[in-house]
Amino acid sequence: MNGAEIIVNTLIEQGVDCVFGYPGGYVIKIYDELYKASSRIKHYLTCHEQGATHAADGYARATGKTGVVIATSGPGATNLVTGIATAYLDSTPLVAITGNVAIPQIGRDSFQEVDIFGVTMPITKHNFLVKDISKLADTLRTAFQIANEGRPGPVLVDIPKDIQVMEYGFEEKSRYTAERETNVTEASIAEAAQIIKDAKKPFLYIGGGVVASDAGKEIIEFAEMIDAPIGSTMMGLTAVPNHLPYYLGMTGMHGRFAATKMMYAADVIIAVGVRFSDRATGNIDAYTRGRKIIHIDIDPAEVGKNIQAYAALIGDVKEVMQMLIAASDKQTRPDWVKEVASIKASKYNNVKMSDSHLNPQYIVEEVNRQVEDDTLIATDVGQHQMWASQYYNFSLPRTFLTSGGLGTMGFGMGASIGGCIGSDKRRTVLFTGDGSFHMNFNEMATAVSNELPIIVVVFNNNVLGMVRQWQTLFYEKRYSNTVLNRRTNFVQLAEALGAKGFRAESCEEFKEAFAKALTLSTPVIIDAVINKDESVLPMIAPGGTVEDIIIRGED
Amino acid sequence: MNQDTFVISAIVSNEAGTLTRVSGLFSRRGFNISSLSVGETEDPHISRITLTSSGDEKMREQIIKQLNKLHDVKVVELMDTSRTVLRELLLVKVQADAKKRSEIYEAANVFRAKVVDLSPTSLTIEITGESSKLDAFIEYIHPFGITELCRTGLTAMGRGDYILKNQTI
Repeated sequence: MNGAEIIVNTLIEQGVDCVFGYPGGYVIKIYDELYKASSRIKHYLTCHEQGATHAADGYARATGKTGVVIATSGPGATNLVTGIATAYLDSTPLVAITGNVAIPQIGRDSFQEVDIFGVTMPITKHNFLVKDISKLADTLRTAFQIANEGRPGPVLVDIPKDIQVMEYGFEEKSRYTAERETNVTEASIAEAAQIIKDAKKPFLYIGGGVVASDAGKEIIEFAEMIDAPIGSTMMGLTAVPNHLPYYLGMTGMHGRFAATKMMYAADVIIAVGVRFSDRATGNIDAYTRGRKIIHIDIDPAEVGKNIQAYAALIGDVKEVMQMLIAASDKQTRPDWVKEVASIKASKYNNVKMSDSHLNPQYIVEEVNRQVEDDTLIATDVGQHQMWASQYYNFSLPRTFLTSGGLGTMGFGMGASIGGCIGSDKRRTVLFTGDGSFHMNFNEMATAVSNELPIIVVVFNNNVLGMVRQWQTLFYEKRYSNTVLNRRTNFVQLAEALGAKGFRAESCEEFKEAFAKALTLSTPVIIDAVINKDESVLPMIAPGGTVEDIIIRGED
Repeated sequence: MNQDTFVISAIVSNEAGTLTRVSGLFSRRGFNISSLSVGETEDPHISRITLTSSGDEKMREQIIKQLNKLHDVKVVELMDTSRTVLRELLLVKVQADAKKRSEIYEAANVFRAKVVDLSPTSLTIEITGESSKLDAFIEYIHPFGITELCRTGLTAMGRGDYILKNQTI
């Protein structure tokens, strides 16, 4: 068997049935074997390698399986970098395979040679340069294992061209299955349970780790058990159904008023699968002062990285939550429940944008009204991403594909494609802005080629809204390079790419256009025209606290 | 040793890129690194790294945890320096004509250093010991005129049954 055949067979052995990528000179042999194996493994060709990594990432986020992306050496490999970094920051299991020049050519600045092994070292969990054909299959197996074990993340395997053509034996091995790792002792569980029992105002703060370990059920059970409200990071938005009475929504810089307020009111925060990003905590001193934080996470390095936890439980959060539930008994906190309910019902928590014109809140809520619960929602990055996070009510885990940690504009189109493919062409809606969409709308062509039911809703305000919002607040309205002044006709663009396009300038038009789009199974772009001065509120400025919250209508 | 200085020993796989991963981690996360020494062990697949760093307890804890996350790092130990042999090797070339030589020889003797090379105008001295001893020797020798100096960085090993075991072997 040649190296390329070994690669394809190992992928199949690892349960991979689809890969995303782009061919090139130094992976041509791998593509030759993919051609022969096309009945067992499907390759999706994107327009650009960046789109392919985002697709593999979106696939992984939507399915929980490992996303696989293949690119050629040099520019093909460097085009993966943003996608790999995106997956790294959001802990997505991803295996990137790159071709490289033949081993004797390495280090000579050969054509399309780049040290992608060196380039991706700081943005991967681990990476490999395969220099020995006898280690090829096992290296790929290890790559899948590393991508999935503990806290997931991306792994890159760089395979020189001569390795791809060398002959070597191949023996199928059994697939690695991730075990749930837990290192907590009964004593530490008992201690945490006691801290919670003694709490007057416990608050459950959940993040992407809850989605990754499928612990939503345990979170709900525990919240009910101890009468605690739940707030979520952006990465944790789909972890529990958002309509639950004690669910308060997203916390942090653009979090819901009640979620942030109650988190600051809490005396004990039970933080599950979160990493206390600066966007989520604001002022660290104020955040930690006067309250005990119990940090539950699979990654020991997260404990003490950004905040000092009062107690830490290291392990798979599903297992830890089960142990915590077993060690706790039913607790009632009527005063706390009443306080939470009153803040949740308060006017500050329920500020609405005016429906006199097409506005972001209406768009997100109308989409929410029209689609099924299992619809995949993807976003790019900026104001529209925050609006989607604030106003969409998620019902099922893994239905939200968004770049949280890296904040990658241009992520959404590729991610939609990967998510849609991974979920057997389930209905997918991409909320994007005219800024973000212009970055990678080329992948709309990929969606068309594959007849994917993706509806792209472009929040079109002709500005880079999030940066502009900061310029308004912090830079005395000096709108440096945030006025786009583009003349893009999104309806014509859609048609030129082989998709359908609609334009909506009012709530009525949007409702109609979206309903029409839902009847189509091909990609659609809806150009939704909104006011450039719409801002994302509430907002807590960087380093601020709940005392500094800016609420709509109060500014 | 300075109060916030500490010594870390790590057992790592002897693979291309391991050292880059370790040093890259320090620069990327803003950790201090004051010396680093690395070499193959009795097992050619395994290398051992000794590094000295400084920082408060939080940083120390993060360094250990972040090192532990690297796939190539098998064991990390914050060395208990009271139970550890710490050594560093220094080579120094000192300007020395015949008149000054005896004085330098005397100093070398006191510090238990060895003269390893001699030329009409210079002496090369090798000295091993804890870093503070090397510092003291450099300070003494400085007025004679140092032509070249290099030190290996600290290397460390626990005393007696204080052993770093690679659990994965």
